[in-house]
Amino acid sequence: MDYMTLLQVLDTTVRLAIPLLLACLAGLFSERAGIFDIGLEGKMLAAAFLSAAVAATSGSVWVGLLAGIGASVALSLIHGLASITFRGNQLISGVAINFLAAGMTVLIAQSWFQQGGRTPSLTGAARFNPLTLPFADSISEVPVIGPAYSELISGHALVVYIAFAIVPLSWWVLYRTRFGLRLRAVGENPAAVDTAGISVVGLRYAAVIICGVLCGIAGAYLSTALQAGFIKDMSAGRGFIALAALIFAKWRPWHAMYACLLFGLFQALELRPDIIERLIGIRVQSQLLSALPYIMTVVILAGLGGKAIPPRAGGEPYVKER
Amino acid sequence: MDVMPKWAEVILVPLISLLLAAFLSALIILAIGEDPIAAAKLMFEGAVGSVRGWGYTLYYATNFMFTGLAVSVAFHARMFNIGGEGQAVLGGLGVALVCLYVPWPHWSIALVAATAMAAAFGAFWAAIPAYLQAKRGSHIVITTIMFNYIAAAVLIYLLNEFLKPAGAADPSSARFAAHLDLPTLNSVLNGMGIKASKDDSVNVTFLIAIASCVAVWVLMWKTRLGYEIRAFGHSGSAARYAGINPTKIIMVSMIISGALAGMMGINVVMGEAERLVLNSVEGAGFIGIAVALMGRNHPFGVFLAAILFGFLYQGGAELDFWTSIPRELIVVIQALVILFTGALDHMVRMPLERVFLAFRKGGV
Repeated sequence: MDYMTLLQVLDTTVRLAIPLLLACLAGLFSERAGIFDIGLEGKMLAAAFLSAAVAATSGSVWVGLLAGIGASVALSLIHGLASITFRGNQLISGVAINFLAAGMTVLIAQSWFQQGGRTPSLTGAARFNPLTLPFADSISEVPVIGPAYSELISGHALVVYIAFAIVPLSWWVLYRTRFGLRLRAVGENPAAVDTAGISVVGLRYAAVIICGVLCGIAGAYLSTALQAGFIKDMSAGRGFIALAALIFAKWRPWHAMYACLLFGLFQALELRPDIIERLIGIRVQSQLLSALPYIMTVVILAGLGGKAIPPRAGGEPYVKER
Repeated sequence: MDVMPKWAEVILVPLISLLLAAFLSALIILAIGEDPIAAAKLMFEGAVGSVRGWGYTLYYATNFMFTGLAVSVAFHARMFNIGGEGQAVLGGLGVALVCLYVPWPHWSIALVAATAMAAAFGAFWAAIPAYLQAKRGSHIVITTIMFNYIAAAVLIYLLNEFLKPAGAADPSSARFAAHLDLPTLNSVLNGMGIKASKDDSVNVTFLIAIASCVAVWVLMWKTRLGYEIRAFGHSGSAARYAGINPTKIIMVSMIISGALAGMMGINVVMGEAERLVLNSVEGAGFIGIAVALMGRNHPFGVFLAAILFGFLYQGGAELDFWTSIPRELIVVIQALVILFTGALDHMVRMPLERVFLAFRKGGV
């Protein structure tokens, strides 16, 4: 495999890893606060639709992004209402949100655009277009570093850089701020947080809203940067891969990034089966690659290769002692 | 302790949830510029207004009975089996293997073998997550979700590499022998001289589904094992203290659950498509969740809820065909039912409990 092909594969890896990464960090905030969220998929899908729809009509991708975040946060609030306020089953609520998004997006898309559940194709300012970083063109002739800079590092949509910036930011918020400490505490031992006079409900709602915002960006990226418009079910299980990555990363931000890049690499290789064949001499089934993140998650969950221990109060509604 | 009488618990709560879901759905139909009353009328006519409609309504209901029972058996042991979809895929695979590679003399013998294979394959696919939950503490919800995706990959792989006839383009197996065709309600009616269509819709599998409802009822409420499952579901620690083996209960309840989900494969693969196709399950595994919640985890409730969802499914297909309302409306209704009967249960219940409490105080 020559250097340019390697760069191309890594470039695709980055682009495919971004929605996973954003959704994974979204899940990280929610689950660290003790709210299981299997509705990442649905939130992403809803955001992908509304951001594409609004971007198409307004012509501005930024307005679209805001709308997408709004859609995702609205679903987050439903999840919060069900699992925090009414102390319902968080898993069932997540399932409901996934279906709600899958149905509503097609229903509304059909009603607004009559294109079989799609939005019109986005062009120009209605999309996040690739950015060319400074000097990308001028140093592209420099051997090794030049192409790596201009192909791999430069030329992504703005959201890609934002997503990578959110990784250290998440780490900082979770491990270096008072809010983060409390957030993690509320996922481990909400009674202790309550005893200290801090609102468990407030913290959990905050976590759920952060989760909604990040899922919203992930969804907007799907339909306005990775692709040019919304198509039915376009999240295609990414929310669940993100969930897998979250477990794989054992609920830690930096590891989440590595896990998402790894799963992104699988997705990139799935698109280029010829590369693996040339590399190791045997044809690897694309189905194996697509199932690999799930298989690896099951292996991790089974405790082979380090035990994955979720936040202790995860999935449990908090009831104040009376 | 019980604030509400049993009838309110069993009938009123699901009914209010359903009405809430229906009301919101009507609002959605209004919002997209269609007439909800006309839509409801069309759904009724399409789903229960003709022999053909009834055929499909009951055909879908058969699927949902299996998956609904599957979810409810697992729920009784406080296991949330989201893997019905994958287990049904594997069940369908088992059915296809039996029908393709064994020269059966008659459909009835083939049906027995297909049922056994469907149940065995589905049970196998549920047994792995169950084992991981029981022995390694891996969260059953996550592992069953992962197994859904793994099942989909396995199916695509097998169809493309082995089951697809040479030279065929679409990933589906060869057709089964014609005499393995299961008798349908339509063929029985035509035989009796009543004119019905020739569709492959509701078939003899419907009877197996009803038998399964009865069997689950007997299992859960009339046997020691059923009692142990329910006891474990109510309180794992109390059950353990009483000498109930948690590993056994988790394994057995999930294996039964997987077997039931797998048996859905008979209906879609042998009953309808008569070959193995890619998307035969079509989300029925997930609808099982809504059906089990709506049916309050009781086999009779599941039976009724399955027919209701069969009606919605067939009615939704008609809406899709005749109006500009896409069939995704059904997905929305399903989501609302899951939301109100499952996650927002307390929201529906709290005001009702208050009403009943007020009544009780007034009476005394």
